[in-house]
Amino acid sequence: MQSNTFKAFLAIIFLSFFTTGFADSKDPTEGEKEFNASELIFHHIGDAHSFHIASDLSVPLPVILWTENGLVAFSSSEFHHDVDGKTIVEKNGLKFVNLHEKIYQLNDGESTVSLDKDNHATNAIRPMDFSITKNIFSMFLSVALLLLIFILSARSYKKSGDKMPSGIGRIMEPIVVFIRDEVAIPNIGEKHYGKFMPFLLTLFFFIWINNVIGLIPFFPFSSNLSGNIAFTLTLAVITFLITLFSSKKYYWKHMLWMPGLPVPMKLFLAPIEIIGMFVKPIALMVRLFANITAGHVIVLSLISLIFIFKSVWAAPISVAFTLFISVIEVLVVAIQAYIFTMLSAMYFGQALEEEHEH
Amino acid sequence: MSLLLLQDAAANYGAFAAIGAGLAAIGGGIGVGKIGGAAMEAMARQPEMQGKLQGSAIVLIAFIEAVALFGVVVGLLGVLK
Repeated sequence: MQSNTFKAFLAIIFLSFFTTGFADSKDPTEGEKEFNASELIFHHIGDAHSFHIASDLSVPLPVILWTENGLVAFSSSEFHHDVDGKTIVEKNGLKFVNLHEKIYQLNDGESTVSLDKDNHATNAIRPMDFSITKNIFSMFLSVALLLLIFILSARSYKKSGDKMPSGIGRIMEPIVVFIRDEVAIPNIGEKHYGKFMPFLLTLFFFIWINNVIGLIPFFPFSSNLSGNIAFTLTLAVITFLITLFSSKKYYWKHMLWMPGLPVPMKLFLAPIEIIGMFVKPIALMVRLFANITAGHVIVLSLISLIFIFKSVWAAPISVAFTLFISVIEVLVVAIQAYIFTMLSAMYFGQALEEEHEH
Repeated sequence: MSLLLLQDAAANYGAFAAIGAGLAAIGGGIGVGKIGGAAMEAMARQPEMQGKLQGSAIVLIAFIEAVALFGVVVGLLGVLK
């Protein structure tokens, strides 16, 4: 009985969306800037020099630049939230502007930045930028969290001796054992897996915690670190280098001169295998980057629906869908961390394969 | 007429990018669907293998998905250009 009332209530909300929602969307709001969904989305998934909290509230982060006059450091609040390159900050006799969250250094004698038609600066260069941006801040935060979690679990193991650990150690143990028994041992093998465990565990927890941080939408979190291609590139390159340095003769033989095939086929396969060697880390990189970025874009697009329809009746639908996608994303971020670790372990296993294991 | 439409679309990268991303999604959808179907069938035949099948199905889906995501990334690059 109760559920019937609830269904009726839902139906009314649903129907009212279709009647008034679209009717309201016709009258234009005057004086306000036209809402641009893609601008909002790219602002949110991109890196920034300050941490934006609410409309005018933001936490400034340090800008650190390496220029010809040495190291220059100042607070990003000196730009006064200007990202169009209008506010000029003078330090060490050099002039800096913030153009779409990229710091440019004006050439000598210039007093304003001039742009070409693609919004690129024509009279400024980019100094080397070592700033603590939103993403870097979030990376430090995740490292601090991981240290806290693992120092506490190590302590709980120490305290409990031979018994089962209490507290946080008991939460972390199944995950670590899962990585060992389901990822490392089946892919790398009993003999060599120990050497790779520290890297695989670091990879898994680092990716996972950064993905989760990206899902939490308020201040110290909410950055899009694992949706940044430089971050995934670094992790993929480390995996690639470890694969190369731990590879054995059999790996290279299989790649360059596939045994048991006629010679023309060997010549044909070698370039393909070599390309494949480079494609693997690239695929790792793009997979994590695109999955996390796509998740953020979907959530933000659904939220933007309210502003696109300019109606409060779009809100229930938009919030319901956002909740639904967010629940899926909680799964996806764990699966992506797992897949990255799993594939890394697989590549290490391939590199370590030996003749008799065939 | 169709030429005019094409010219109109060419002036707007976003339209092409969206079509490309959509085509990539079709390919990915077919691939993931086939893997999912086969994995479910296998699990129904041999429920005791469920853990292993799930693991390998997820990894295979990751391979397929990567191709679809390449499409999305190229689409994004098209828009951002």
